[in-house]
Amino acid sequence: MSSPLLRTPLYQEHVRLRARMFPFAGWEMPLQYRGIIEEHRAVRTAAGMFDVSHMGRYWIVGERAATALRRLTTYNVTALPQGMGHYSFLCREDGGILDDVYVFRPAQERFLVVANAANAEKVWGWLQSHIPPSAGLENVHLETAMIAVQGPKAVAICAAVLSPSLTHLRRRGCLEMTWQGMAMFASRTGYTGEDGLELVVPAYHGPLLWQRLLEAGVVPCGLGARDTLRLEASLPLYGQDIDESVNPLELGLTFALSLDDDADFLGREAILRAMREGPRRILACLLAEGRGIMRPGFPVLHQGQQVGTITSGGYSPMLGVSIGMAFLAPSLAQVGTRLIVDVRGRSLPVRVVRRPFYRAPREG
Amino acid sequence: MPSPQDRLYTREHEWVKVEDQIGTVGITDYAQDQLGDIVYVQLPPVGQQVRHMEPFGEIESVKAVADLYAPVSGEVVDVNRELDEHPELVNQDPYGRGWMIKVRLSEPSELERLMTAQAYDQYIAQEAQP
Repeated sequence: MSSPLLRTPLYQEHVRLRARMFPFAGWEMPLQYRGIIEEHRAVRTAAGMFDVSHMGRYWIVGERAATALRRLTTYNVTALPQGMGHYSFLCREDGGILDDVYVFRPAQERFLVVANAANAEKVWGWLQSHIPPSAGLENVHLETAMIAVQGPKAVAICAAVLSPSLTHLRRRGCLEMTWQGMAMFASRTGYTGEDGLELVVPAYHGPLLWQRLLEAGVVPCGLGARDTLRLEASLPLYGQDIDESVNPLELGLTFALSLDDDADFLGREAILRAMREGPRRILACLLAEGRGIMRPGFPVLHQGQQVGTITSGGYSPMLGVSIGMAFLAPSLAQVGTRLIVDVRGRSLPVRVVRRPFYRAPREG
Repeated sequence: MPSPQDRLYTREHEWVKVEDQIGTVGITDYAQDQLGDIVYVQLPPVGQQVRHMEPFGEIESVKAVADLYAPVSGEVVDVNRELDEHPELVNQDPYGRGWMIKVRLSEPSELERLMTAQAYDQYIAQEAQP
């Protein structure tokens, strides 16, 4: 049988809250506490928190860190201002995506790479084999806990519980601070389409941070709600919408690509070639126009012919209908195109819509 | 919590409560809890024949889909249309307002093949074990 599941530093908190646990990427993670829709709404209307300690966390530090990392990232991390973070891909030479990551630069010579749980080992191996010894490389995956606090009230609550300085963080901003004598990394990022923070603390302090946030009224949320939230925000998920056969252009996430500097990052030539040729397929957002739920693997039909397959699909609690994503030929990926999704033999009419499916109302 | 004593249960987690040869059918509290937030319930029209332990509809939650199995054979004489707009009633009140269909029993002897509340509670206790 497979090896036993890993448990995060917050495992006992989940047990205490009677979470329903499930295996995810080798970890025993909370699927839900009170219910996916209730947790989803808490994030959309107030504040929810997720144990995301299963995600890989790696520091690259020192004066060679920026140039060493630039060789691996599609985004130009050398131009990342201190105190900011950015989404990027790690690509193979042939442009295939090894992982989609967040890169943070809390200090001039300190970079934190946050990787998908399912790719954590792969990314760690990739960093080890590509980051020269002259740049410091440290794996803090198992010695830290990570909590994402998300929702319109998330930042205000964190500022009250942790530090008023957090309100000054810009979107995608990050900083290192101390809280109650412990080192903490904080960034104004997330994976829900809402404002919020992601916090990294030493593993043994994770439960205290979790409990303080709970006392402040933050609703514990499982990976079930994390999935419905990220799908409403039309954020792709590695393993479902992204794999090594997908190139960044097909995802439409060109903001993660920097091609205007001369840096010879892995995958650059393949991406330039793909840009010249144009993408053969594009990840499109599909909105159901009837009852029935798109789920991964369901065929997408046009004039009776299969033209794609649902990669991510489910129910949108905010829209009250099913939403999904599928790779389609550019001619079919046009907003407004009407298609059919085969839901276990029944035809569900869908329409290509602009991303995201749901946009959080923003102040100011 | 023990299952209600006034009805019978299937291994697929449906219940049927029979009054005057009309069986009201729904899913159990255990089933709704396992499914999580229910978002669609697909039910047959009035007049359709359903057959013992064959699918009569589908239930979809945020995370899963499941077939609904008829505990008894017969003609559908009523359908809970309230579930069209409020499928969450199945979560909130699985033995009451979350009922699904009413069937006029054509083979009452089928009831002998169903589980009592006590037997069903033992059955799910076993199923819940790892």
